[in-house]
Amino acid sequence: MFVFRLDTHSGVPPYLQLVQQVRQAVLLGFLQAGDRLPLIREVVEDLAINPNTVAKAYRQMEQENLVTGRPGQGTFVTEQRSAAMPASTYTSLHRGLVTWLRRAYAAGLDEQSVDALFASVHQQAKNEGVA
Amino acid sequence: MTAAGFALRTDGVGKRYRKGWALRDCTLALPAGGVIALVGPNGAGKTTLLRLAVGLLAPSTGTVEVLGHDVTASTPHTLSRIGFLAQDHPLYKRFTVAEMLRFGRACNLRFDQGLAERRLAKLGIPLDRRTGTLSGGQQAQVALALALAKRPDLLVLDEPVASLDPLARHEFMQVLMGAVAEGDVTVLFSSHVVHELERVCDHLVVLNQGRVTLTGDIDTLLAEHRVLVGPRTSTDLDRAGTVVEAVHSDRHTTLLVRDGAIPAAPGWQTQPVALEDLVLAYLRRPSEPGAAVAAEVAS
Repeated sequence: MFVFRLDTHSGVPPYLQLVQQVRQAVLLGFLQAGDRLPLIREVVEDLAINPNTVAKAYRQMEQENLVTGRPGQGTFVTEQRSAAMPASTYTSLHRGLVTWLRRAYAAGLDEQSVDALFASVHQQAKNEGVA
Repeated sequence: MTAAGFALRTDGVGKRYRKGWALRDCTLALPAGGVIALVGPNGAGKTTLLRLAVGLLAPSTGTVEVLGHDVTASTPHTLSRIGFLAQDHPLYKRFTVAEMLRFGRACNLRFDQGLAERRLAKLGIPLDRRTGTLSGGQQAQVALALALAKRPDLLVLDEPVASLDPLARHEFMQVLMGAVAEGDVTVLFSSHVVHELERVCDHLVVLNQGRVTLTGDIDTLLAEHRVLVGPRTSTDLDRAGTVVEAVHSDRHTTLLVRDGAIPAAPGWQTQPVALEDLVLAYLRRPSEPGAAVAAEVAS
């Protein structure tokens, strides 16, 4: 059964963290079509989290067609047509980031500076409509 | 039952003790069906507000309406729909857990003893132990099981986890959130632990020096507020909406604003605000309406 985590210091709203974890697990193949997600109540009692937050995350995932709720049975991962990334694309992106990180550390940046730089560029890209 | 409407409504409520006002001009409308956190420093009036909500205190001014009924004229029937867990989880220490449950059954119109027994069995708390010999976390769980056995429509908890260690705190919130998932209960609790609010609450009330300084649905509050960072300035902030907090360093200014757009001057960036920072900013703020704090920070 899929297990959710919660990082209370990340600044990302809790419902979005749950959505992102499922999205990422599907992307990486840890969750496959037909896998059942835990019941809302199971997530609530596991994480000590507000039920409305979990319900909101599940609604959002249904809207994104990431999962499908079947009344009385549970919530299941939907067959992904194109969302699942080809392994080659994933490997290439991963490799590009490793190369970039090596250059950043070689240039003398420390971990915090790397995180800050990435966050700042990411924010800027979002503002410009790239991401 | 309480699907629509308000669990608690107060209108111009004040409470005056001999030494002065503990609560003033408190007007709130808290929706039914959610989890509401009441946050404020010690002495802000949190306990007073909670005791007014459950009818243990009568207001000096204004009206308090709980589940659609005026709480000062409350009947045993209305009271049976309200659960209250006072600070430090009061139990009769020489009673066994089973005797405590029997006491609960005798004192309440509605009391689901089976439900309480099942909850305690699940937590491995033996019914034949005297409550005084249980750990702090277990005592809190017994008190919570008693309050939930009433099957209340509104459950009010005063600093429920303040005295608990982190593990017991987590276990307590697991049971409490599980109860919310099971039924129609509205939960109102006070706390000064700010960083765990976002995972458990839908709605927030910030109380400072006896006055409500912020109240609303958490998603809405986070959407309304923004952090603006830009070159140091004290002018050209017309577009910035209501400045909640302004911090100036040598070269730049950080603003927390409500309903504001980014200033027209170049070099300004906008960021979402984290709930913890939002709450802290309102806690630092003086309770007089309209006053913004300007803090000088050397950098």
